Amino acid sequence: MFTKLKNYKFWFVFTPYFWLVAFFFIPLAIILKISFSVSEWGMPPYKDILEIDNSGDFILNITSGNYAFIFSDFFYLKSYLNSLSLAFTSTLICLIIGYPIAFYVAKSKPKIRNLLLILLIIPFWTSFLLRVYAWKVLLQGNGILNLILVKLGFITEPLSLLYNHYAVILGVVYTYLPFMILPLYGYLVKFDLRLIDAANDLGSRKINTFFKVILPLSLPGIIAGCMLVFIPVVGEFVIPELLGGSDKLYFGKIIWDEFFVNRDWPVASALAMSGILFLIIPIVIFQISYAKYNFKNE
Amino acid sequence: MKDSFLYIENVSKSFDDVKALDDVSLAINKSELFSLLGASGCGKSTLLRIIAGFEKPDSGKIFLDGEDITDLPAYKRPLNIMFQSYALFPHLNVSNNIAFGLKEDRLDKKEIENRTAEIINLLELEGLEKRKIDEISGGQQQRVALARCLVKKPKLLLLDEPLAALDKKLRIQTQFELVNLQYKLGITFIIVTHDQEEAMSLSDRMAIMQEGSILQVGNPVEVYEKPNNEYIAKFIGTANIINIEKLKTKNNSFLSSDLGIEIESFENKLSSKCLIRPEKINITKSTMEKKINTNNTCKGIVKEVAYLGSYTKYLIQSNNYQFYVFQTNNFISENLNIKWDDVVDCSWNKEAIFLL
Repeated sequence: MFTKLKNYKFWFVFTPYFWLVAFFFIPLAIILKISFSVSEWGMPPYKDILEIDNSGDFILNITSGNYAFIFSDFFYLKSYLNSLSLAFTSTLICLIIGYPIAFYVAKSKPKIRNLLLILLIIPFWTSFLLRVYAWKVLLQGNGILNLILVKLGFITEPLSLLYNHYAVILGVVYTYLPFMILPLYGYLVKFDLRLIDAANDLGSRKINTFFKVILPLSLPGIIAGCMLVFIPVVGEFVIPELLGGSDKLYFGKIIWDEFFVNRDWPVASALAMSGILFLIIPIVIFQISYAKYNFKNE
Repeated sequence: MKDSFLYIENVSKSFDDVKALDDVSLAINKSELFSLLGASGCGKSTLLRIIAGFEKPDSGKIFLDGEDITDLPAYKRPLNIMFQSYALFPHLNVSNNIAFGLKEDRLDKKEIENRTAEIINLLELEGLEKRKIDEISGGQQQRVALARCLVKKPKLLLLDEPLAALDKKLRIQTQFELVNLQYKLGITFIIVTHDQEEAMSLSDRMAIMQEGSILQVGNPVEVYEKPNNEYIAKFIGTANIINIEKLKTKNNSFLSSDLGIEIESFENKLSSKCLIRPEKINITKSTMEKKINTNNTCKGIVKEVAYLGSYTKYLIQSNNYQFYVFQTNNFISENLNIKWDDVVDCSWNKEAIFLL
């Protein structure tokens, strides 16, 4: 053990694991515990799992009731499906917008490329919250967009652009686009442009070259980008809260309400755990099958 | 000229005001192994890319087998290019790389299989069919790149520095294989290279390029023995360039102020410079007798000796002029005992003098 501790390699490996345990697995375990607790009035608003009563007996306060409750009410499932559909739509839009941008940035000359990359990253210098608020200002009834449209005579009355799920999609796409572009760029910048010439020379038209050479070779980038957008958007709370209306309820918002409005921590935790579970299982299955597919091709 | 197999007619191309090709015309015969030779930036790669169809010429035309292909997109041209980096598809295995072009041509499955198998056999790639590109050696990658082109039975094969990525031993072996393959298949090859030895040993004919223009076209012997100008003389092999002055009194005779002697040539041309190749000069240890004073001989001091096995390089100084002499170490030329600072007698035939 001493030799191991002296070994600097051990610390290199250990530090990220420590981080992961302290700030990810332990909080997750706490949420898991709360999700099986019984709620009550008080602070914290749930009973301890293990209690000792007046006669000195142990009482186990475990219930699966929270899970039973959220699965029996279609309301929760529906909000989860809304979130999935939001994540799916916005990931697709991000991919469609992001791919050509990433390709263009990767293909441009190094000087221009660095400038474009800085332009992509600059929005991160402003708080995410402020940027979403900025959209609120832009889209509101007497906002700039409506003002311009009215002045130009396209419309007579200001449109209600805010507080619907289109505004939410807009906000999500705007916020998450760099997360799509950057991993895509990472793969496309390594792409040898002579492969395009080679395919062209061997008789490929541009469309075929794209589908047979460029797309398969950037697939890992596409997958990474889609994961980086899809997963956080499923749990997205701030954007629907600020830009969304009452037309669609999203999962993140529901958890927030259960936590802070209803003060039902166990139900909120059960929702969070279920959300993770439903998201993780398909992704794990996908990753395994993708790894298998890659392995088979090698 | 238009009836040549490949005819390049007055092609010019500029990139951002830099002229890459300046009014280049070139005719290449069928089944010829032709090299474009030049230092980097001479425009040889641009010419290759224009022939392949990746770049459009600003002006001029290209004819292949009697057909004007100037406006034909690359994917429709009946020619293929082998890239310096090979540009093999990393996501496909060896046999799918080779079959790529045939699949794009929508040939039927049976024919694709047959032709792929045939070319794999020809280039001795059996057993590697299912390997990925990063799992085979550099030499094998080169053959896959070649196979991928040849399987399409192109009228013309362009090779961009085909041997540059190989190590020296493999390069020489591959050189011969390439020549044999070209001879066997009868496909016209155009090779771009900056390596003059490679160009000399591979080509039937070659074009030497400089600053977007073709300086000379000819077979390796012509280019080496009768270069058009000083640049080519120095670019191909080692050259001793001597400043000369025509003697009015005698035919075929020149005065060299560099060497302080009279030089006799077999030609009677008004020139101010002549070329003499180092291997055409004979040196012997000076006998220290009376000063010899016939034409095409001079005395010199050995400044450098470099023994290279099959031959030895000497740097000789004579009358303020330094020149190279290469002598074969064959025990006939009796040069092996020549050392630094020895005084030597140098002599050459009048045929060795080429007037520039």
